[in-house]
Amino acid sequence: MIEIEGISKRYDATTVVDDVSMVIEPRTIAVIVGTSGSGKTTLLRMINRLVEPTAGVIRLDGADNRSLPGYELRRSIGYAIQGHGLFPHRTVAQNIATVPVLLGWDAARIKRRVDELMTLYQLDPQAFGPRYPHELSGGQQQRVGVARALAAEPNVLLMDEPFGALDPIIRNKAQEDLLAIQKRFGTTIILVTHDMEEAVHMGDKIAVMDAGKLVQYARPAEILAKPASAFVETLVGASEKPFRLLSLGRVRDAVETGAAEGEAIPADTSQRDALAELLWSGRPALPVTGADGKPLGRVTVDGLVKRAARPT
Amino acid sequence: MKEAGVKAWLPSLLRLALVVLLIAFVTNPGWFEPLLKPLTESNAPAIYNQGSLLTLTLLHLRTVLIATVAATIVAVALAILVTRPAGVEFLPLSRSLVNIGQTFPPVAVLALAVPAVGFGEKPTLIALFLYGLLPIFENALTGLTTLPANVVEAARGAGMTGWQRLVKVELPLSAPIILGGIRLSVVISLATATIGSTVAARTLGEVIIAGLLSNNLAFVLQGGLIVAALAVLIYDGLSTIERYTARRMGQETA
Ligand SMILES: Nc1ncnc2c1ncn2[C@@H]1O[C@H](COP(=O)(O)OP(=O)(O)OP(=O)(O)O)[C@@H](O)[C@H]1O
Ligand SMILES: [Mg+2]
Repeated sequence: MIEIEGISKRYDATTVVDDVSMVIEPRTIAVIVGTSGSGKTTLLRMINRLVEPTAGVIRLDGADNRSLPGYELRRSIGYAIQGHGLFPHRTVAQNIATVPVLLGWDAARIKRRVDELMTLYQLDPQAFGPRYPHELSGGQQQRVGVARALAAEPNVLLMDEPFGALDPIIRNKAQEDLLAIQKRFGTTIILVTHDMEEAVHMGDKIAVMDAGKLVQYARPAEILAKPASAFVETLVGASEKPFRLLSLGRVRDAVETGAAEGEAIPADTSQRDALAELLWSGRPALPVTGADGKPLGRVTVDGLVKRAARPT
Repeated sequence: MKEAGVKAWLPSLLRLALVVLLIAFVTNPGWFEPLLKPLTESNAPAIYNQGSLLTLTLLHLRTVLIATVAATIVAVALAILVTRPAGVEFLPLSRSLVNIGQTFPPVAVLALAVPAVGFGEKPTLIALFLYGLLPIFENALTGLTTLPANVVEAARGAGMTGWQRLVKVELPLSAPIILGGIRLSVVISLATATIGSTVAARTLGEVIIAGLLSNNLAFVLQGGLIVAALAVLIYDGLSTIERYTARRMGQETA
């Protein structure tokens, strides 16, 4: 659990983070969104004390983050920096091994962990391990940056626009990978992004920042349904709202009884993708099948449209 | 295809030829006597005969090596010091100190150093050391202050201490630039060391000065050529190391 209490950061006369308080529950993902310069990175960096706050306290699992020397604290927290920041003079394997080496793990354990992470990120340890970062594509570099942050199995992971430079397909894949890892290891993640789509998709909760202030901190559905201010409303994108709301749900939860013609939709498709498929195929309804291929019922345009309406 | 192969090999071949020629010359200068004979008058010797060329070459290199190692240690240490938060206030002071070392003519340093430390190698070492500081210091400073910010921040974020960041990230990343400074310094020192012979340091300057005193063009030429060949080879060798370290990091060098 991460408790942020009354945190402020001032540079001379300008306040870049202004009295922010929020609690991030263990094993959840909190996504920070906001315009450029709203203080997202600064807030994130106060958690691992790359930036020292002017006022306020941050507690990790109940312990003040100032009870350890900064460098020890940072070894226990994964950090994926904005723009990957890989060490250009070290191989991919050495980059990933950075924190384990600092922690003094033995060589065999480090190698096992590096191989495990590289395999997880579909980078063949034999082929990619000895390469230098500049010999990788931008997407591969970013995955290595995330792998490096995960290497020492941290309980807390801070990620600053980790998928910024990825094309939509790889970005999607990287998001799914991260969600899988988060489920598997129960990591608590704070993720900064500019992309509302990503925020809604990844976040258990979304924190909206504006000019250093935390203007709303709530579940995605609530942010979409009841934006706390005109600013949040604009950020969420008024015309996108119904679709974003749909993207939160799975087809499984929108199944109606009855049959339908056409190609079946798997139950774990997002409701948004299902609606797109219905509109594209020009049919009012399509059959839904479970993971085992058994028919579950059907999903209809009317049913989905109702779900896209503002919750009351 | 064939032509590209020849082109790629040509520099290496030239380098090798130069090394062979240089070694042959300093070990068996007699072989080259017919070539240098036309430059002498009235039956003067064409090959330096007041000492072994090989010994002088090795002593010359030793002097340059000691001065450069000392200058590298001091200049890099100074650059590290003034780029730490605690040392920033010393930056202007150390800059001017190092600049004075460079602007002060080596001959004047020799003249001033001889009364203090006597004749021989010492005053030459002092002059070369002072003269060699600036390029290394300036380059180390450039290297350490132009590191990619997010790489250094990533090192901090990973939990490296100040010392670990310096040794594991900052110095390796600025290595190519620092090497460039050392390369400049070495080449300047190789040439400057010859004037050390005016204060009785045993360098290749001896050959040149002997030639000037006895009006023997062959001596001047062979002394000059050996120094030039050394400079070219060392410059070349250090450039190669520099390019290798830089390329490994994906940096392009000019
Ligand atoms: N060291 C510093 N000194 C002075 N001002 C700073 C410093 N670091 C950040 N700022 C200012 O604080 C504000 C917030 O910066 P921050 O990096 O947190 O923004 P951000 O929300 O992460 O923006 P982006 O989305 O562009 O990354 C900016 O106006 C920035 O100029
Ligand atoms: Mg930022």
